[in-house]
Amino acid sequence: MSEIPAELRYRTSHEWVRVEDDVAVVGITDHAQDAMGDLVYVELPEVGQVLATGEEAGVVESVKAASDIYAPVSGEIVAVNDALEDEPELVNNEPYGNGWLFKIKMADSGELKEMLTADQYQEQLDSE
Amino acid sequence: MGHRTPLYDEHVAVGGKMVDFGGWDMPIHYGSQIEEHHAVRQDAGMFDVSHMTVVDVSGTGARDYLRRLLANDVDSIETGRALYSGMLNEGGGVIDDLIVYKGDKDYRLVVNCATRDTDLEWMEQQAGGFAVDIRERPELAMIAVQGPEARAKLAALLDGERRDAVENLGVFAFADCGDWTIARTGYTGEDGVEIILPGHHAVALWKQLADAGVRPAGLGARDTLRLEAGMNLYGNDMDGTVSPLEAAMGWTVKFNEGRDFIGRDALERQKEKGHHRLVGLVLEGKGVLRAHQKVITGDGEGAEFEGEITSGTFSPTLGKSIALARVPAGTKGQVRVEIRKKHLPAQVVRPPFVRNGKTVYKSID
Repeated sequence: MSEIPAELRYRTSHEWVRVEDDVAVVGITDHAQDAMGDLVYVELPEVGQVLATGEEAGVVESVKAASDIYAPVSGEIVAVNDALEDEPELVNNEPYGNGWLFKIKMADSGELKEMLTADQYQEQLDSE
Repeated sequence: MGHRTPLYDEHVAVGGKMVDFGGWDMPIHYGSQIEEHHAVRQDAGMFDVSHMTVVDVSGTGARDYLRRLLANDVDSIETGRALYSGMLNEGGGVIDDLIVYKGDKDYRLVVNCATRDTDLEWMEQQAGGFAVDIRERPELAMIAVQGPEARAKLAALLDGERRDAVENLGVFAFADCGDWTIARTGYTGEDGVEIILPGHHAVALWKQLADAGVRPAGLGARDTLRLEAGMNLYGNDMDGTVSPLEAAMGWTVKFNEGRDFIGRDALERQKEKGHHRLVGLVLEGKGVLRAHQKVITGDGEGAEFEGEITSGTFSPTLGKSIALARVPAGTKGQVRVEIRKKHLPAQVVRPPFVRNGKTVYKSID
């Protein structure tokens, strides 16, 4: 069973969001990292880049596959996790902690309501 | 549910992540593909390869039949040795790649499971006029034990002729020891052996090996290991539309005088006309090379020729991305690979990338 923290919001494409004031911290879920296997490369957006909801924000690559990461909310990228350049495995080891990907300053926090709760995300995984 | 090898329960019991592979439920990894890869490069690992198809070819016409069927020549090896060969269609394309073991009287072929049906059909079809018996051996299992410590760890579990075989067989030699066949072969670029044995012996040997510290490794590690070793994967690096000359398998084609093997005429025509080649690539920066990415050759002046990656991955041993790519003859130096619309520089090299734990590739300048 993969871990799905109750306090986070989720996207069907397996990103999670943690809200810190008007900033959304974004990563990929435990389920997603487990399905991909050992990560070997992470491509992150540029700080200052403005993204719309659902727009491509980066790529995570494991030994066997590449997977796009989408912006779960719209806004401006204010930070990226540079540690992943040398240690992409942080995403495998701590998907909800030191394996975060980027922070986005939300243009409209109302968009969070469109995202899945932990229960809804669990339901999605159960039906896959 | 797919086919299961006799070791299925062993894989599940230690957390093997099972996936469909050519109709078989096989472990892709047991937790970490990269750790399994390093175990084989640095110590010892084992693979369940019982899904592979074992076919025995016997009869007075077996030698003549195989000299017609295979692009490599079974006459070029002594009894007790194994040979890598392509089995070609009339157009020179590779129907499958295989290992043939030359026994006292009979031959044994190990072919890919994904191509089993077409292989057997083709072999039957070509058998007309030859006194041969072609018999699949689905009751046999196959375990590959690979890595610098593999033979020592395995030998310690055995005695008599089996132990002797594991300790003393030369590279690409094999020995029939009772109902086991032990061969000093593999698909990793490391020392080791492959054991073909009755399915009901497989679990006991697997458990003994695990207790002796031989780490189970999945198909994921098998793929990164073979790619580092510069070995082709059927379906990726070649198929029925690709000749061995275009797949860095030229060394397996024996154009010896008067031997009329299937596909020979087509290959001779292709040799005259010229053809693409399979080379290695090493990505200079960050990123991961993948099958089907475009390779852009030439200096940007005038015509630019294109090639394509056939297998690509992150190399756990080198810490960077490597690939096999089919490119026009004469491609050398640096090329660019298109990854998500960006053109990233890669070095053209001669595989293997890694052998016996060491980086060995040479750039083609």
